[in-house]
Amino acid sequence: MTFRKYLVLAGVTFFAAVGDSLLSHGMKQVGNVSLAHWQTVILAISNPSVALGILFLLGFFVCYTSALSWADLTYVLPATSLGYVLLALFAKFFLHEHISAARWIGILLISAGVGFVTQGPALTHHHKVEGAAGQIPESVGARSEP
Amino acid sequence: MKQLYTWGAIMAVVLASTTGDVLLARAMKQVGDVGELRRRAGVLAVAGSMLRRPGFLLGILAMAGAFYSLLFALSWADVSLVGPASASLTFVANAVAAKIFLHERVDRRRWTAALFVAAGVALLAV
Repeated sequence: MTFRKYLVLAGVTFFAAVGDSLLSHGMKQVGNVSLAHWQTVILAISNPSVALGILFLLGFFVCYTSALSWADLTYVLPATSLGYVLLALFAKFFLHEHISAARWIGILLISAGVGFVTQGPALTHHHKVEGAAGQIPESVGARSEP
Repeated sequence: MKQLYTWGAIMAVVLASTTGDVLLARAMKQVGDVGELRRRAGVLAVAGSMLRRPGFLLGILAMAGAFYSLLFALSWADVSLVGPASASLTFVANAVAAKIFLHERVDRRRWTAALFVAAGVALLAV
């Protein structure tokens, strides 16, 4: 794991958290969507918050696919879950939601999970990856630097 | 009724996003390290190599399905329920699916991480 790769993981975390917040904010403005009027969901894209949220989620997608090209799914997902902690903090400071004791415990558990998984190897070593264009020797079974 | 809609949409999000994640992860492993490929052959080669794989396109389709299910769910219920519930279940579903379909070595460390994160995300909804 290089510094650049940690940056990509941070990008996954950041873009997902901000994108989700924007989407949530936008959909509150759009209001309830009923199954009978499912087209509303498509029109929701004209809401500025939803549109900006989608832009952030595109940034997320670029970072995410890049991360999946050199790390396991079961590494990338927990490693980038600090986004939920970010979301909770956004909710506290921007949406003025209350953070209960249970939520703080949740934040601690997620952080611990992130700590666990990033101590381990990022990639399962398969002897032959079909059609692999480039293998990265340094991350094959490598331990991340402290 | 509204609650049934909400949980139906949440389950659809979990199923679709797990399918999408597994398909994308498999396709991206076939593409190989994109940073390396970009330095060697350029951005277009990376995009081409990704778009040529049916798994990648199917993965995007599944993620689009998850995205629209999420929009539906969000319009019925708070993000503080929908977000954590779908995410929490997706972490566990993904760990199982990655072991079965991607043959990733999900050791005790990774199980612990997945369960801690899933529990933590669920607690955020309380």
